Amino acid sequence: MGTGRLYAAVAAGGFRRYATYRTATAAGVFTNTVFGVILAYTYLALWHERPHLGGYDQAQALTYVWIGQALLVVVSVMGGGFEDELMERIRTGDIAIDLYRPADLQLWWLAGDLGRALFQLLARGVIPMAAGALLFPLALPTRPGTWLAFLVAVVLGTVVSFAIRFLIALTAFWLMDGAGVAQVSWITATFCSGMLLPLNVFPGVLGEIVRALPWASLIQAPADILLGAADPLTVYARQLLWAAALLTAGRLLQSAATRRVVVVGG
Amino acid sequence: MDGASVDGGFIELERVEKVFDVRRRTGFLKSERRRVRAVDSISFTVARGEMVGYIGPNGAGKSTTIKMLTGILTPSGGRLRVAGIDPSRERTRLARRIGVVFGQRTTLWWDLPLIDSYRLMHRMYRIPDLRYRQNLDRCVELLELRGLLDVPVRQLSLGQRMRGDIAAALLHDPEVLYLDEPTIGLDVISKAKVRDFLRELNAERGTTVLLTTHDLQDIEQLCSRVMVIDHGRLMYDGPLAGLHEVGDSERTLVVDLERELPPIEVPPARVVRVEGSRQWLAFPASESAAPLVARVAAEYPLVDLSVREPDIEAVIAKMYAGQAGQAERAVS
Amino acid sequence: MAEATADEAVAGPEPSYGRVREGLRAYRLIIAMWIRSTMAYRASFVMSTLANLVATALDFVAILLMFSQVDVLGGYRLPEVAFLYGLSATAFGLADLTIGSMDRLGRRVRDGTLDTLLVRPAPVLAQVAADRFALRRLGRVTQGACVLGYALAVLPIAWTPLKAAMIPLMLLSGGLIFCAVFVAGAAFQFVAQDASEVQNSFTYGGQTLLQYPPSVFAKDLVRGVTFVLPLAFVNWLPAVYVLGRPYPLGLPAWVAFTPPLVAAGCCALAGLAWRTGLRSYRSTGS
Repeated sequence: MGTGRLYAAVAAGGFRRYATYRTATAAGVFTNTVFGVILAYTYLALWHERPHLGGYDQAQALTYVWIGQALLVVVSVMGGGFEDELMERIRTGDIAIDLYRPADLQLWWLAGDLGRALFQLLARGVIPMAAGALLFPLALPTRPGTWLAFLVAVVLGTVVSFAIRFLIALTAFWLMDGAGVAQVSWITATFCSGMLLPLNVFPGVLGEIVRALPWASLIQAPADILLGAADPLTVYARQLLWAAALLTAGRLLQSAATRRVVVVGG
Repeated sequence: MDGASVDGGFIELERVEKVFDVRRRTGFLKSERRRVRAVDSISFTVARGEMVGYIGPNGAGKSTTIKMLTGILTPSGGRLRVAGIDPSRERTRLARRIGVVFGQRTTLWWDLPLIDSYRLMHRMYRIPDLRYRQNLDRCVELLELRGLLDVPVRQLSLGQRMRGDIAAALLHDPEVLYLDEPTIGLDVISKAKVRDFLRELNAERGTTVLLTTHDLQDIEQLCSRVMVIDHGRLMYDGPLAGLHEVGDSERTLVVDLERELPPIEVPPARVVRVEGSRQWLAFPASESAAPLVARVAAEYPLVDLSVREPDIEAVIAKMYAGQAGQAERAVS
Repeated sequence: MAEATADEAVAGPEPSYGRVREGLRAYRLIIAMWIRSTMAYRASFVMSTLANLVATALDFVAILLMFSQVDVLGGYRLPEVAFLYGLSATAFGLADLTIGSMDRLGRRVRDGTLDTLLVRPAPVLAQVAADRFALRRLGRVTQGACVLGYALAVLPIAWTPLKAAMIPLMLLSGGLIFCAVFVAGAAFQFVAQDASEVQNSFTYGGQTLLQYPPSVFAKDLVRGVTFVLPLAFVNWLPAVYVLGRPYPLGLPAWVAFTPPLVAAGCCALAGLAWRTGLRSYRSTGS
């Protein structure tokens, strides 16, 4: 099997694996919609007080809420992707088997995670967004090109998110209990991704810092493209930079970890 | 066959039924409803102190029966009593008097040391302190749990965990112990330990034991009585030996001849396999092998021979086949 | 039970305890076991509680960020919103602490471990509620209580004994209302085992909703959480009385004092739902 075909198969596996949980998916769509409604009203109140806060008008602010709900699971802001399994494999030592597989560890898990993300985008992205559009006046673009540009940013965002979670998961090689690190990770992601509030609403220096961090690639970056609030190329450049840097860091950590496994004899 | 004794058994089932509505997904949103008789009018009685094997293929209704006996499931029909208690109505009252071991899932608290589960059982079942200590000591000794008490359950091996589970089910001196696949996945040594313990428990305490199993050695070594269930119906209830007759089973005579010969003829035995100078002859298990051996020795150049007992698994399979054949004949 | 007498004589008299008392006893025994085990790893407990505190504080950070840009939200100032937030978060935190594990019911049905609870001599509800009792959830309660404390310290309320009594009353009945939602959600999982997230909509979603003033939301939504799923009784209605704010939906003033009744009603309904769910499980064994 060609390398490309192998990873495509892994991605398809990731997709199918999540596609089997129908009830859970339906329940998740419902939850995203409920939270979307609640947040939409709080944003309405906020933009009612400050009509052009963060450079968004009211419709853009509402759209931002639903983008957030649509992408929350896709880019795994709060975890729940491959990392739990990878950590478990490291903890139990099964990782040794993965390391001797004729496939690259990082690419293998990335392919699976992209498959998962695609399923989540179709199932848990589209429906809440449609519900939001029905319930609130959203500022959705009409040009297909904008949607396409948005999707590219979503893919890049997922890759950045993957790269972060891969690093987190690898800490399990050194730490007995990865749960704490994972928790710190999702708290940071929630705060810095724009899930809580658009990052351009964050005041002063704090705003500048969070906008420069990698987590901005997850929600804020795709949202800005869909809302026409940022130039796609600039956004991509930043996402690519973070993706490259974090994936490289992941590789370095992986090879350090591999050496460790070899030494320990696991 | 059900042999309901006049003085009333300890466990009594009278035409007990369990019907499920099973939904099967047939399309993206479509599904199909089907009624399944998991247990179909089963009657039997188990006396106090009996040790009974309850066997049958997967999905035959074994676990459903156990779940009704413990009060987990409510029967759809019929009458069921354990120690005079209707399990589904007085589940918690019955719980104090029975012990249950599910082979595939533990009743212990997964993340906590074994001893924590036992301490909780002590309080939850209101076991008098002295009794608790005696029972725990006994279980720890016989089931070799010393050294495991402070280990979190999830770190125990399957065999250790199973022994831990059996101890947990016995701390409150249950009058009846249900074991659902108690030796599944265990190694030979663990199996032997578990069997020895159960035998001793039954002999010393008179605890009634009902066990479902796939492992026919469990039955052979533990149970004087066996019940076979398939498709929710009781197919056989009696001593293990009797299974062979009902199952219309055959023994095999393996003969080594001096040279290669065409299949030999010694009715009612028939040759089922020939391999060089060795031939396999099948004959009804109910017949004695002696006259057959004598005839073979007299008529053919015999070098060596042996008799193989039927495999119980094959016996049961054959019994099912026979029943199905009868049913078909009845229909046509 | 005439036929039982013979065996009774052998087994000795069966003590009869009330179901509720038996349930509370089992609950207490199980959580005591979990607390003991948690306390064996004190450092880990402190860390996870702190993490819980920080994680749950994110909601309030969002509110603070909003108020870094505006002075009022839906006509409420920060201390007033903090008051609503503190009440909602603390009440929810109490429910989450006591029976937050209920959302694992679906998983237990799926993997069959619910059966192991059904063969023990204690009510299943108590066993499920106490399962994996996580003391670290005190983090949320602490965090909510801190915000509430801040609100009480800075709010210029003309305190009367009645108003003061409203605070514990709200936390208690609010906690009970959320408990009822947890139980009803778990009962729903008997039917739909993978649907634990639906429950999140009403528990986590509900507490998020209640952190903001009712004036922020559409009338229909407020109607829904007043008359259908009575979350408004957790804090909104009693809090507007304490704050001296206009009542939502033009409701009469006395509704502020009804939370205990509403909580009792919710618990009764949730108990009914639970019994129905458990009965259906025991007849289908799904």
